[in-house]
Amino acid sequence: MTEIAPGWELTVGLEVHCELQSATKLFCGCANAFGQTPNTNVCPVCLGLPGSLPVLNRTAVEFAMRIGLALNCHVEPSIFHRKNYFYPDMPKDYQVSQYDEPINLDGYIELPSGTRVGIERAHLEEDTGKTSHMGGGGRIHDADYSLVDYNRAGVPLVEIVSRPDITSPEDARAYVSELRSILVATGASDGRMEEGSLRVDANVSVRRSGTTELGTRCEVKNMNSLRSLGRAIEYEAARQIELLEDGGRVVQETRHWNENTGTTSSMRSKEEAFDYRYFPEPDLVSIAPSAEWVTAVREALPPMPSERRGKLLAAVRSASPDVDEHAIADQIVTVVDLGIDALVVAAIAAGADGRLALARGANEAASRPEDARALKVESFVELLHLESSGKLSATQAKSVLAAILESGATPAEAIAKLGFEGVDDAALAVIVDGIIGANPQEWQRFVEGDEKVAQFLLGQVMKQTKGQANGRVVAELLALRKGA
Amino acid sequence: MTPLDRPSAAEVAAAVRSGERSARSFIEESLTQIGRDEATLHCFNEITAEQALARAEEIDAAVAKGEDPGPLAGVPIALKDNLCTRGIATTCSSKILEGWLPPYDATVVQRLHQAGAISVGKTNLDEFAMGSSTENSAFGPSRNPWDTGRVPGGSSGGSAAAVAAGYVPLSLGSDTGGSIRQPAAFCGTVGLKPTYGLVSRFGLIAFASSLDQIGPFANTVADAALMLESIAGHDPRDSTSLPTQPSAYLAALGEGVEGLRVGVISDFLTDADATIEVAVRGAAEALCAGGATVEEVAIPELMNALAAYYLIAPAEASSNLSRYDGVRYGLRVDAPDVAKMNAATRQAGFGPEVKRRIMLGTYVLSAGYYDAYYAQAQRVRTLVAEAFNRAYAQFDVLIGPTTPTVAFPFGAKVDDPLAMYLSDLYTIPSNLAGHPAVSVPFALGEGAMPIGVQLLGPALGESVMLRAAQVVEAAQATGVRGPVAMSEGSAR
Ligand SMILES: [Zn+2]
Repeated sequence: MTEIAPGWELTVGLEVHCELQSATKLFCGCANAFGQTPNTNVCPVCLGLPGSLPVLNRTAVEFAMRIGLALNCHVEPSIFHRKNYFYPDMPKDYQVSQYDEPINLDGYIELPSGTRVGIERAHLEEDTGKTSHMGGGGRIHDADYSLVDYNRAGVPLVEIVSRPDITSPEDARAYVSELRSILVATGASDGRMEEGSLRVDANVSVRRSGTTELGTRCEVKNMNSLRSLGRAIEYEAARQIELLEDGGRVVQETRHWNENTGTTSSMRSKEEAFDYRYFPEPDLVSIAPSAEWVTAVREALPPMPSERRGKLLAAVRSASPDVDEHAIADQIVTVVDLGIDALVVAAIAAGADGRLALARGANEAASRPEDARALKVESFVELLHLESSGKLSATQAKSVLAAILESGATPAEAIAKLGFEGVDDAALAVIVDGIIGANPQEWQRFVEGDEKVAQFLLGQVMKQTKGQANGRVVAELLALRKGA
Repeated sequence: MTPLDRPSAAEVAAAVRSGERSARSFIEESLTQIGRDEATLHCFNEITAEQALARAEEIDAAVAKGEDPGPLAGVPIALKDNLCTRGIATTCSSKILEGWLPPYDATVVQRLHQAGAISVGKTNLDEFAMGSSTENSAFGPSRNPWDTGRVPGGSSGGSAAAVAAGYVPLSLGSDTGGSIRQPAAFCGTVGLKPTYGLVSRFGLIAFASSLDQIGPFANTVADAALMLESIAGHDPRDSTSLPTQPSAYLAALGEGVEGLRVGVISDFLTDADATIEVAVRGAAEALCAGGATVEEVAIPELMNALAAYYLIAPAEASSNLSRYDGVRYGLRVDAPDVAKMNAATRQAGFGPEVKRRIMLGTYVLSAGYYDAYYAQAQRVRTLVAEAFNRAYAQFDVLIGPTTPTVAFPFGAKVDDPLAMYLSDLYTIPSNLAGHPAVSVPFALGEGAMPIGVQLLGPALGESVMLRAAQVVEAAQATGVRGPVAMSEGSAR
């Protein structure tokens, strides 16, 4: 096991809340939508009005099953519980969630590095509303007043709880990154962490290297990017280690990550923790998906990122057998993450250069992923051929690709617009011959092996073609004339 | 005028549908009766006279156009004030819901409206349906039309008294541990708790969700069956609603009890008043005379139901009533921060019995106590259901008393919660099992107050149970149908 600091090991378990992209909320017909006027996307059910009753959204259940199956979990018969606590953003002052009988149990994720992280459970629950604390310090206790928006109340969530198998901040980031890719691939989530549709809490503990008993853990909340997740875990581990090395002890508590100060601070201790008084939700019946339904959901799952990475690597390797796998690992992850892998694999199958297709996919195409996913394979292949055959320089090919992604033009149209098609090979040969004739002394020195003068001759050709000539083709033509 | 002299719901509907009498005339009659006695009885939290008259005119217009307004055309009804009515205050007889107007109608309210029934108002109850006398209402108790010095029972006391007083031929109550059957027995009306899930709970303000069930009060078994037909049946808005369509309960009546196997629950007779035991045996004889075979049966597990109920019901209630926190609707008592505001609002808005049950329920669900109380109570609940099911392998219908005593005087039990809870000793088992049961007035007991006999059936056994209830009803003593006190315009 790797050490986080000399003599210390880190243990992290992550709880990820993922908003599902169902059309409607978990227990009512309100739209699952954002950005609307506060408290307009509500009804008696999601406002928890007296007498209202929940009715479970079948699509949300199916999305939860998709997530569970994609995470290699077992789909189990499950029930809902009520999690009771008072908070103004909860319309009923209890949250309908799953407790000891969740829908998905016992799976795992394999990270691109090969590390396997266990998934304890992935259960369904409803989201709360949003509170804004006005005045004071911006926290509920010192605000002048608070405003509540219930538009988000009742939005379906799946909470994915990992086992404490993560031992470094890097693995924590890789886990969330991989999980996000999987969630997006299932179609159940948009995976947007910055916008709060993916929310991560980290249970962090440290222990002396070589010991087996886990240290006391703290739960850290409020990280809204992969970067802040890594920073928060690093900070929290260092804080705990310093405490323990000074002879102190870690107190089990919930801590709040502050992005600006780069520190965590205590929110509430274990003693202050709520007693949620869980009990089975009597207004809902149990979920018992039939074996046929589970099978249908499993069979309808699209390929997951790890499988797609393998497929992409195999395609690149078949076209470019001497490729250095280690060097292209990041490009593979990027291309799959952005969903451009289908384009790249198709281009390679159509005869494009593997190494080049991947590089253009991971760089130029990656900067416009939506356009890249919509790009015609023929256009991409044509462009790659123009580059690999030397008809376009690397710089030109990048410009052309950017242009066709932006405008939707064909490569020919983009080349014409950019003026890259002025010099074909025959015309270039004529120009090269003219330059040789006009500079006999320089040509003689070149023939005798003076390499420096090659740059001069190339420069002359470029000058005459206003930079449109392909340098490699010019060099080939010069070499051809020299040998003749 | 006593209920006996008044037309039944079926007769009202027949007269309105045929055009023989106007719906408006029935509503006016009902409002007149209410106007005369309501100051004494206090059945209603709100009387919706204007809306009722307007609706009556719509119905009369429909009849004039040759349309059929439905099987309950023009029938005046009363709704327990824990059933949501759009734009009409729904209070649960609690200060905490002060000023709240529901934006929607309960499913039962919609269905009754579609059947042509006309609500004349919202009836009083024990706060949030917690109680057996209406003495826990924040707006003062209702009075028993038979003897205004006595309670009407509860929690649906207002609905029971409204029928007994002759205000309306039908009303709706809700029954969590006996809240329809016990006041029906105390007021000498028929009170029916259907199978759990037969009637939608959508729009019924929850007390204990796994036990609550809406049902009718009527003067006759036939009228109760008529109303049940209008409100029963699957509702997609209630996940616990059964996927069944209602049977023709009314059509099945009159088939008698020839060949039915009836079990007299002996455990229910040991603690009941002597006159009540006599009444139950009399009802059993009537069934025997009708051709049923009658036997005594001991089901000792049923006597554990009360203890289990007082863990499960408060546990669910403590969660159901959390939402009354002053944030969104109803009462708000301002305080320096939100937690203090929650506490101050609940302190001021809930009465003592509601607070007692919230505390009980919070305690039994607490970490470290859940298994000993809530989980154990659920095991008892299973045992009660299994015991019932064993009995129903031998019997089609069970019979026993509805209550251990007749209606008691005001103040008799209000300071002794345990004594009050015992009023529901014989009604609670059916709620735990989710089974139907009906109370039928049969004889007069102590103080010439009515005695209710309870008939119990297995899940969805309403048809057979109501057939038996009608045979019992046919044998009831003279004077049981309708109090005389109010008809003389004075209290005893
Ligand atoms: Zn809604």
